[in-house]
Amino acid sequence: MKYVFAVSQAAFALALAPLVVGFVRWLKARMQNRRSAPPWQPYFELKKLFGKEAVVSENASWLFRAAPYVVFVSTVAVALLVPFLFVAEPFDTVGDLLAVVYLLLLGTFFLALAGLDPGTPFGGMGASREMTVAAIAEPTIAVAIFSVALGAGSTNLGRIVAQTLANPANAISPGHLLAFAALFIVALAETGRLPVDNPATHLELTMIHEAMILEYSGRYLALIEWAAALKLTIFLSLLANLFVPWGVATTIAPLSLSVAAVALLIKFGFLALVIAVVETRVAKLRLFRVPELLGVSFVLALLAVTSSFLLR
Amino acid sequence: MNTLFFAMVIAYGFGVTAALAGGRRAIGRGLVAFGAIAGSAAGLALGATVIAGGTAWTLSIPELLPLGGGFALRLDPLGAFFLVVIGVGAVPAALYGWGYSAAYEGGRASLRLLGAMFNLFLLTMSLVALADNVLTFLLMWEVMSLTSYFLVITEADEPPARSAGLWYITMTHVGLMMLLAAFLLFAGPAGLGGFAELRAGASSLSPGVRNVVFILAFLGFGSKAGIVPLHVWLPRAHPAAPSHVSALMSGVMIKMGIYGLLRVTLDLLGGGPAWWGGLVLAVGVISALLGVLYALMEHDLKRLLAFHSVENIGIILIGIGAGLMFHRYGLMPLAALGFIGGLYHVINHAAFKGLLFLGAGSVLQATKTGNMEEMGGLIKRMPWTALFFLIGAAAISALPPLNGFVSEWLVFQALLGGINIPVPEVAVVMPLAMGLLALTSGLAAACFVKAFGITFLALPRSAAAGEARECRFSMRLGMALLAAACVGLGIAPFAVVPVLGRIVAGLGGLPDTQAAFTLSVYLQTPSSLGQMSPTLIAGGLLLLMLLVPALLWLFRVNGRRRVGDSWGCGRVGQTARMEYTATAFAEPLRRVFAEIYRPMRELTVNFHPGSKYFVESIKYTSEITPVFEQSVYKPFLDSATFVAQQVRRLQAGSLHLYLLYMAAALTFLIFVARWWQQ
Repeated sequence: MKYVFAVSQAAFALALAPLVVGFVRWLKARMQNRRSAPPWQPYFELKKLFGKEAVVSENASWLFRAAPYVVFVSTVAVALLVPFLFVAEPFDTVGDLLAVVYLLLLGTFFLALAGLDPGTPFGGMGASREMTVAAIAEPTIAVAIFSVALGAGSTNLGRIVAQTLANPANAISPGHLLAFAALFIVALAETGRLPVDNPATHLELTMIHEAMILEYSGRYLALIEWAAALKLTIFLSLLANLFVPWGVATTIAPLSLSVAAVALLIKFGFLALVIAVVETRVAKLRLFRVPELLGVSFVLALLAVTSSFLLR
Repeated sequence: MNTLFFAMVIAYGFGVTAALAGGRRAIGRGLVAFGAIAGSAAGLALGATVIAGGTAWTLSIPELLPLGGGFALRLDPLGAFFLVVIGVGAVPAALYGWGYSAAYEGGRASLRLLGAMFNLFLLTMSLVALADNVLTFLLMWEVMSLTSYFLVITEADEPPARSAGLWYITMTHVGLMMLLAAFLLFAGPAGLGGFAELRAGASSLSPGVRNVVFILAFLGFGSKAGIVPLHVWLPRAHPAAPSHVSALMSGVMIKMGIYGLLRVTLDLLGGGPAWWGGLVLAVGVISALLGVLYALMEHDLKRLLAFHSVENIGIILIGIGAGLMFHRYGLMPLAALGFIGGLYHVINHAAFKGLLFLGAGSVLQATKTGNMEEMGGLIKRMPWTALFFLIGAAAISALPPLNGFVSEWLVFQALLGGINIPVPEVAVVMPLAMGLLALTSGLAAACFVKAFGITFLALPRSAAAGEARECRFSMRLGMALLAAACVGLGIAPFAVVPVLGRIVAGLGGLPDTQAAFTLSVYLQTPSSLGQMSPTLIAGGLLLLMLLVPALLWLFRVNGRRRVGDSWGCGRVGQTARMEYTATAFAEPLRRVFAEIYRPMRELTVNFHPGSKYFVESIKYTSEITPVFEQSVYKPFLDSATFVAQQVRRLQAGSLHLYLLYMAAALTFLIFVARWWQQ
């Protein structure tokens, strides 16, 4: 039974993911005084892409065709580990936060290889930039994990959530807040949002993620887009549930689950609002300024750990 | 166990004899490979027996070396583990060498020398792990270095190989000098002794002597392991050696430095003050980061891999350094975790780096070049090599569910354990180390996207790459064995970690911490810092990999596929010249880390004399000289050359002068002897 619940939680996240992306787009359009497509537009886009035939470059190898599946599968695997509504009991001990990070890196690795495969300059450019950003974001993630684990005494997501629920004072400790800020910046970089990447354009000078997947079409593109949406959802729920775990169901009962769903939607709504505001107010950074931003996030994470040590 | 030991010695001896007999055809080379395979397999079995039994195996032949305690061997679990590592690396490498050495049939290199040295090298390396007194250890260490020197200069007709050999033999002897000094100090006036006597006498040494012994041993073993700044020989020697030798040197031999460090520091000295661990940790972090940074800028496939060896030695040392620190603070389960992480990475690195070097060797033979900018598209011409290299690349990038992920996870968890160190100033080092380790692994992933993507994907960048052919069966089989090891070590850590726990138990007073690790499919750290199961992750990924296409089919997703041209902004045809190059791929990171690289760039544009709007030619050169070679080695080399120039004057070629020297030397010695007597 536990397994059924845990799997259906991941399925819920998978189903919700396009809506999260659509909602951010809708909010952003509203703020920029544009009329927008409805928040559920991404579902239509996925349906359209799944219905189209795929065009594959003649230069591409089997790796190009396998990569979308690897990306999708590794992201879904992460979704199975992350607490969206409740701590996924049997799966929580299968992978901890470090496993989450490296599973996401697995997807990035294959997507970057697939970018190089057709041999076009765009793909190579995107792959090179994506790996650069991913590599520089890595230390922040690790130190932020250290900081969060320091409070909970464990890198396992369930333990972290339980620990913060038990000690509410932890949530407003400086270490926690600084780690949140650091992870938020990294989440923007990892999910290809402004000011690191622009998800709304294919312009070659600005693009990172979009350049890498330029050759994809049909079901392959659908899988990649869906995985990207799921990745955003995962990062948002990590930010929401690790740092502000209230509402996460501790027992699997209809009432607590619906409370958890409402709480999650509220948290997502708030985080989506923040992202939309950031994307409206901030211009994209030059690629070579991105390391400075990530450097800031690394310093924040380091400060988080240091303050946790000092206040222990 | 005696049988296994003598089987190992006899098999290697057979290999040497077969090589000297000089068969150049497949059978002759096969016999050489057979000797090496049988010998290393026997060594592996011997190591496994000792680890399984938990009791040490000893053999002493005092008559063989009539001084310093004779020829004494003792195999305890730590040595046995390294014997297993040798076996894991050597069996596939020897198998691969069978096919690979066919390239030397034409007489480009001496097959006799290669085969004999290959077997001797394996034998002496195994005996290093077995040695039980200082004399045996140092003797075997030196013969191991010398035989590997001859392997490096296999292609002695090529100037780079000779230069690489010179660098290697110099660095290894600098290391040997330090080891000699360390052991002389350690053994003290009692003379060269057995390891048991050293272990017993270690506690009576003064702290100052212990510190000096540790520093000398760390530098001496570090020069073999390839720590920064003593790593300079690796990127020279590994590309020059035949690829199966590179695989062994990089995957296995540099680990003997780790073995020596653990043996002396933890076992014989019994651990030391916290700064020992701190120093090892700091050097580990610096080696890991600089290794991967220089690897990123390297476009020669084998040099790139050599720099990654520096990186991985760094990761191993991070685990060991953290372990030494915990050991000092009495946090024994965490100390065991650090050592286990380091040792796990030792065997993992032997598997994936061996695999990558073998893959690089196949590419090298197929394309006749090591330069990645002239490769490309090999995934279609060499599908098997590409698949194996991809597995190796994913493993070294620490991607689940392969083996690199497991050992890096263990090292990460060990660093997380730093929160238990009672001194906050010391504990705060751990998150910094963790951040830099994470940066290293992120950069490694970027580097291997480059290495695999530029070498194997897209269109061939040269005619040779376009006509590349898949390598021989024996070479593919060698790679397949190592690829299987990468997968196996990745999904079965529950079987490996307890064994490693048993190996480190007893060293420097470490208790057996098996109880702290659960034996289920879950990997649980002591004091439960974290828990995960690579086995279940692998299973889950595999299940989803089957499920997703099935679901797509079930929901009647459009499964048609059309092959078309790449999209290129309206350009007419695509050529390999338009592809992203390795240099271009690494360019963003070069600019990000420009402070470290200090690249030299030069851009010359020639305009048409008529109008500056027409460019006739653009020339761009760029060069990165590693900081260490400029600041540490160059002054030293310059002064050595200067001294050599001065000394040359003595050797003027005049016989009379030489006779005068002899007379002068004789008089001088008489005076010295006279003075000495008084």
